[in-house]
Amino acid sequence: MTAPAPAPPAAPGQALSAVPGLPVPRGPLSEQLVTALRRPPSEAPPLPGRLPAGTDPLGEDAQLALYAAYELHYRSFAGVADSWEWDPGLLRLRAALEEAFGRALRGAVPGGDDVDAVLEPLLEEPVEPSGTAHHLQKEGTWGQMREYLAHRSVYHLKEADPHAWVIPRLTGQAKASLVAVEYDEFGGGRGDRVHARLFADLMEGAGLDPAYGRYLDLVPAVMLANVNLMSWLGLHRGLRGALVGHFTAVEVTSSPGSRRLAAALDRLGAPPQCALFYTEHVEADAVHEQVLRRDVLGDLLRREPQLAADAVFGVQAYGYLEDLLGDHLAACWRAGRTSLLAPLPEPTGAPGTPDAG
Amino acid sequence: MELVLEDGTTAASDRFMVAVCTCRRSRTYPFCDTSHRRRRRPGRGRDGAPEEGTP
Repeated sequence: MTAPAPAPPAAPGQALSAVPGLPVPRGPLSEQLVTALRRPPSEAPPLPGRLPAGTDPLGEDAQLALYAAYELHYRSFAGVADSWEWDPGLLRLRAALEEAFGRALRGAVPGGDDVDAVLEPLLEEPVEPSGTAHHLQKEGTWGQMREYLAHRSVYHLKEADPHAWVIPRLTGQAKASLVAVEYDEFGGGRGDRVHARLFADLMEGAGLDPAYGRYLDLVPAVMLANVNLMSWLGLHRGLRGALVGHFTAVEVTSSPGSRRLAAALDRLGAPPQCALFYTEHVEADAVHEQVLRRDVLGDLLRREPQLAADAVFGVQAYGYLEDLLGDHLAACWRAGRTSLLAPLPEPTGAPGTPDAG
Repeated sequence: MELVLEDGTTAASDRFMVAVCTCRRSRTYPFCDTSHRRRRRPGRGRDGAPEEGTP
């Protein structure tokens, strides 16, 4: 391991702990939710307890509403009353969104209960790789790389937070090993090594604003769904098997993808601070993969074998939503348009800005 | 944890567990970077597994 990075300047740390403003609504559901959140629950208009007919559970409106409902459990939004977090009306709307989201996901994946069979293809390395990281490594532009980082910022700035919710639902080795992985994710006791912090450093190096939630209004539903999946699985004890299955799939697939993204940043001439987030994950996730598969998922399923189908669902839902995101990025970039809801602002105060491509 | 390599140099890691490369293919030797993985030929589907991962 390299020595810990020197103490950071004050400004980025402040930005990381700042609370973002409420997002811009994307339809009637998110409009009603955002409008309500501007007042205390006792003074707000009632929230719908059902989704309007024809609501697309994976669409912009539903996914943003779900994301905002979950965000109340993370850092919330500036000016929103804390009591909204457990407001029955809000939880009723969230439950309706979750029900539709879950139904869409369960309908989209093959299912089954053979965990080894569903993890096996994730443990193979394609001879002819495709996918977003491969594209960025081989031929992606600096503009596409920055878009990619803006997408991922809605998760990586709270990396591993959703998984912390499963801790009280585990026991024995599964609990001990999951916490050990989380300890790594959260910097091993060092604030400047928290993975969310490494990602903020990467964003800064790429001329992006590392403030928490800064790009939420630009990030489409197809990325928000990936974060909402983790929040949904993390917040429900009954879905602990799926949460652990999902986490395992992430860790198993992360090392090779991270290696390509580090190479992409290097090829594009990004400042040296940028690649650290991904090089750290190459090595860390080679360990985490083993720990998650054997000691967390393996131990959980020995104790609670009835959770195998849920674990399979977690793995498959992860793959399904990641592939939707990959397809979206590829289609947009092939067509020469932005993959965000609007183009990114030009780089601000980047220490070094590689040639625009 | 410190690993002493054949050439006398040492590699250190403070991770709670360390995956040591035994296949010699790692680009982060002596630590594993999953380069040992079996290669999948083109055309073989992944049955819902993502095309690619990220942390």
